[in-house]
Amino acid sequence: MNSATPATTESAAPILRLQNVDKLFGDFVAVERVNLDIREGEFFTIVGPSGSGKTTLIRMLVGMDKPSDGNILLRGTRINDVPANKRPTCMVFQSLALFPHKTVGQNIEFPLKIRGVPPAERRGRCERLLQQLHLPQDYYGKAVGKCSGGEQQRVALARALAFDPEILFFDEPLSAIDYRLRKALEKELKDIHRETGKTFVYITHSLEEAMVMSDRIAIMRGGRVVQVGTPDEIYNRPRNRFVSEFMGEVNVLEVARDGDRLRDGASGALLQGPAMPEGFTKGFLVIRPEAFRFLNGTADATPNRLEGRLYNEYSLGSRMQYQVHVGGGVFLVEKLREQRYQGQLDDSVTIGWDPAEAMLFEE
Amino acid sequence: MSLETDVRALESELEDADHTRRRQRSSLWTELGDWLRQPGALLAAPPMLLLALGFLGPLLLVAAFSLIPPKTFDLGGAWTIRNYVDIVTESYWISFAWSFALATVTVILLMLICYPLAYAMTKVFGRAANILTLLLVIPLFVSENIRLFGWVLSLVKGGVLPGAAELWLGLDISGLLYTVPAIVLGLVYVYLPFMLFPMVLGLSMVPDRLREAAVDLGASRWQLFREIELPLAMPGILIGCLLTFILALGSLAESKILGGSAIVMIADDIESAFTFAQNWPKGAALSVLLIVLAGGLVFAVLSRLDLDKILGRG
Repeated sequence: MNSATPATTESAAPILRLQNVDKLFGDFVAVERVNLDIREGEFFTIVGPSGSGKTTLIRMLVGMDKPSDGNILLRGTRINDVPANKRPTCMVFQSLALFPHKTVGQNIEFPLKIRGVPPAERRGRCERLLQQLHLPQDYYGKAVGKCSGGEQQRVALARALAFDPEILFFDEPLSAIDYRLRKALEKELKDIHRETGKTFVYITHSLEEAMVMSDRIAIMRGGRVVQVGTPDEIYNRPRNRFVSEFMGEVNVLEVARDGDRLRDGASGALLQGPAMPEGFTKGFLVIRPEAFRFLNGTADATPNRLEGRLYNEYSLGSRMQYQVHVGGGVFLVEKLREQRYQGQLDDSVTIGWDPAEAMLFEE
Repeated sequence: MSLETDVRALESELEDADHTRRRQRSSLWTELGDWLRQPGALLAAPPMLLLALGFLGPLLLVAAFSLIPPKTFDLGGAWTIRNYVDIVTESYWISFAWSFALATVTVILLMLICYPLAYAMTKVFGRAANILTLLLVIPLFVSENIRLFGWVLSLVKGGVLPGAAELWLGLDISGLLYTVPAIVLGLVYVYLPFMLFPMVLGLSMVPDRLREAAVDLGASRWQLFREIELPLAMPGILIGCLLTFILALGSLAESKILGGSAIVMIADDIESAFTFAQNWPKGAALSVLLIVLAGGLVFAVLSRLDLDKILGRG
């Protein structure tokens, strides 16, 4: 996966650096001690659930709010107190914030008009942007209210690109779009990132969305950055249970140390986990649904075997998901459709997994 | 035999025709019934009736009066346009001009005064805006004439304002009362709420997100005002302008109380025609002319400005 991403250059100096950035609203700490380096030309995504402080953070990065403490450096220059209209960056809003009294063309040309670019040149730039974003040229004079949701997204993006920002910020612009269109626009956005070579900073609550587009991802929780890494690193080496759960449906087992093994609290089973950290007593074992296998007899040598009952099955398109009840525990198992379980509900089944495929967290 | 058959045939034909007619009538009745049964029609009937009797009726009566010979009260006589000819040939245009000029000046001053105030009320004051609203509304409970006489006491020679100005600033403003500026002051003072509140409404319709987006895209304070706030608040501003213009155009008390006999506004002329002069036809003709001129102006403004387009619904 990483091999296909354009070289976003580990060595390049950060275009945007956050040093111990805090934001307080009264006594409430919205953003706490955030340190981030965003590199020139990368697609950087900040992911977090609602209330994690990601919107507050991006508002400070754009210049609509000031940090309570810490520094924001753009190419090494402190920009904490530079207002939004004096910064060479701009944002695509969640609500898109298209100007309803202006046409598509007037919206896209707005940042150029503000800068005093002559009308003929504005028109030319606007037409090139319409083309780049696959909008018909005759949309130039169309009212933005008459455009579809996807078209409005493109107009908002075109307006931001017309600004020609050094960093383009996105505040969850796709969250209100229906699933299929969103999937298409995610890829389109990544293509545009490639074409323009600009630095994109995107915030979203969906790690899935972040995975599709990003070169690197920062995960936020409770105003703090929990983990920063490439999609591969986040997926394969989540730092804690929160990050691993954030990725999607996973099985979380509350386990306690029992000799060199782990005892599952819900099913009471004795399990073999990955290597335990020093001084581990209890914590959580996270197993992805696709790590499970249905075991036939004793041919499979895995030390982790759980006997249970097939309670239900769900079709997820290319995959099948099964709910297996083991004692008091409920497990989710996923198989590719062509490797689906051959049998019936209420069958007695044995599921197993390799110890190395599970992740152990203390918190 | 054959005659009888013919008669019967004729009878049945007539009967058929009668049926058809009755059917037609009944269908008309059912249509009316359907119309009355639709939601709101019956509820709307009393106010419609009231408007017809209390608004449209008198207007038509005034129009009719304007077409009878001067100084008569008989609607049954011959109709004439004498009154209009008289108005055009006499010097009434001066009163019309004063009314239009003062209404225009009032609207312009109110726009300049109310925009910052409305902006502050929607964006800056927060909850304190409610107190300000209350303070602006309370004077409306006092009769307009009494409030204007309050200004007379303040402006009169030796009154509160000239006295204070002379004492503290060494300014002599004792001559202000009974001048045109005093009338403008009265008009601006009385009609301020009618500009302010529609403007507040208009400005509150400008979403904060759009302001932020415009600023983010580099707009200065002035560009934000020019490109985003003004066009989006325009419906409210326009309504405020129309309201205050029409009210100021027909105003009477301000010019009489604060202006003394400095100038005569058209409403003053209309009143005199109906009262002292006992010339109802001329008063009616002046009223009709004022309505037509004001209405024409309003329609001209409204048709030039497409509200739907301003609001982006076009």
